[in-house]
Amino acid sequence: MDLYEYQGRALFARHSVPVLDGGVATTPQEAVELAERLGDRVVVKAQVKVGGRGKAGGVKLADTVDEVKTHATNILGMDIKGHTVEKVMLTVTADIDSEYYFSYLLDRANRTFLCIASVAGGMEIEEVAHTDPDKVVKLPIDAGVGVTEEIANDIVTRAGFPEDLRDQLVDVFVKLWGAFVAEDATLVEVNPLVRTPEGKVLALDAKVTLDENADFRHPENAEFEDKAAVDPLEQRAKDSGLNYVKLDGAVGIIGNGAGLVMSTLDVVSYAGENHGGVKPANFLDIGGGASAAVMANGLEVVLSDPQVKSVFVNIFGGITACDEVARGILGALQTLADRGEDVTKPLVARIDGNNAEEGRKILADANHPLITVVETMDAAADKAAELANKGA
Amino acid sequence: MAIFLNENSKVIVQGMTGSEGMKHTRRMLKAGTEIVGGVNPRKAGTKVDVDGVSLPVFASVQEAISETGANASVVFVPPAFSKAAVIEAIDAEIELVIVITEGIPVHDSVTFWNYAESKGNKTRIVGPNCPGIASPGKSNAGITPADITGSGPIGLVSKSGTLTYQLMYELRDIGFSTSVGIGGDPVIGTTHIDCLKAFEEDPETKAIVMIGEIGGDAEERAAEYIKNHVTKPVVGYIAGFTAPEGKTMGHAGAIISGSAGTADSKKEALEAAGVKVGKTPSETARLMREVVENL
Repeated sequence: MDLYEYQGRALFARHSVPVLDGGVATTPQEAVELAERLGDRVVVKAQVKVGGRGKAGGVKLADTVDEVKTHATNILGMDIKGHTVEKVMLTVTADIDSEYYFSYLLDRANRTFLCIASVAGGMEIEEVAHTDPDKVVKLPIDAGVGVTEEIANDIVTRAGFPEDLRDQLVDVFVKLWGAFVAEDATLVEVNPLVRTPEGKVLALDAKVTLDENADFRHPENAEFEDKAAVDPLEQRAKDSGLNYVKLDGAVGIIGNGAGLVMSTLDVVSYAGENHGGVKPANFLDIGGGASAAVMANGLEVVLSDPQVKSVFVNIFGGITACDEVARGILGALQTLADRGEDVTKPLVARIDGNNAEEGRKILADANHPLITVVETMDAAADKAAELANKGA
Repeated sequence: MAIFLNENSKVIVQGMTGSEGMKHTRRMLKAGTEIVGGVNPRKAGTKVDVDGVSLPVFASVQEAISETGANASVVFVPPAFSKAAVIEAIDAEIELVIVITEGIPVHDSVTFWNYAESKGNKTRIVGPNCPGIASPGKSNAGITPADITGSGPIGLVSKSGTLTYQLMYELRDIGFSTSVGIGGDPVIGTTHIDCLKAFEEDPETKAIVMIGEIGGDAEERAAEYIKNHVTKPVVGYIAGFTAPEGKTMGHAGAIISGSAGTADSKKEALEAAGVKVGKTPSETARLMREVVENL
């Protein structure tokens, strides 16, 4: 989960990383009240999970409360690269003497954590790494050791930070590592980390990504979840414990196993090329079990998407035998009918694997008007695309 | 032969007495796996009857090894306790630990991986979030269905469980030496490259199927490895050509960020290394069939 800047800032503050005083507002009026508390000069920043907000006019300096109101009014509701601004963050301002870059992140390829630090902050670090690689220090961090004061000192030396900031920087680096570990983050990035003319070190930005697998250890971070921004169908699926991603097409997809479902999206997209360009409507992995109850929840979510014109159920019966899967599909349709759901969209089922023939026979014998059974994944994808195209 | 797991493997189950552990212990036994016991400190000293087989429960992996000569462990313990379970297995210096558990925090995976490294990587870690290893006709450690296919010349390595089953099913008449599910998490123990190396050295394996998916650069690095070190024919498949950027597709590792991790970049890298890449699972199976016919 990527956090908004204001959430990252709050998280930094929780771990005593020095940040500027500030707060968040969802209306111009709230922004004005906040500005009155913060004092004269404030910066108003759009809260979006995408870069380039400065260029888009989403970051403004305000010297008066009137200016705060004007900027907040302009920025709230603004569209930045497809993201609507719902909140603005206000902070007091700081004079900047130097800008640095600092981050801790997960290094997947090397299966470790990495510290990236540079005295050339404030701009695109990728660009600096490219044009002036000596200015960017990358240091692997062993998870078992972490960032001790000794290691933090080493980072200061290697990256060439000013000596007079050493003690402050060591303190900040150790605290940021504490935050990174304690919050189960996969990214903690400060760009810029600044030095004020008075020689004080401050984190002026906060980019944080948290690991959702660790949510069970962090009930307090549930508040960071932006329910308003989550697609309502995705939220509904999540509440049922399903792994669902809304896409834009017309063929609803249900499968078991993340890889097989990804593969199903591909096969349906290819098939769609012959059927008016129809595309998958979603990703939905109902997991290994594929029981009737889970199937019913999955079908309900997929069928609630008004864009869906046909549904492709693609199951490989491994642990669960296909006869159980077949009964699951029939049971799911019955459950939905009993719940009073409007079940009218055609469904193409491909079930393969353990006990496949028995499963197909159950579906054939049921002679359900909405179900078409197709033997192979490719042919089933073609049928589902054809039906979606007809229904469009 | 087969790789990592064979008829001489003596397997223990960490988390055997839980519901998932019990269900799959039963299935593994049925598949012919030599299961020699389970580990659960709270039930140490007891015995569990699984379809007429009496399995001892040990207090620790170390004790299980001392008592039974176990050389492989399958981990089914819940995410919150997986790190401790894997570290215990590493401390006991068991040869192989297969982590089936899904949803382990990545800090925990990095921690046990870094720990294994600090101990000289004496324990091979497979997973987490994987279906395990199946060497048909010899042993099956994990949740791979044992009745899809028999033994044969194909070695398979995959990030995805059900795609593995799909390919095994499509090629069931040919058969497999070993199928290794390496898992869909961002940080895993055994990699595509580790498996390619082992398959290259395994005389029973004549051809290799490699299944990847979007996210990370493991497939690109595997391609580089194949180019320089693998002489056996490799057929590839990548899932997620049509996945949108920035959305996690089920597996925590399956996410495209920017230009990195796309299926196209992986396909290109593999093809540049001489790997035939199927557009769909069925085409991949067809390509492998051609390879086997020409062996």
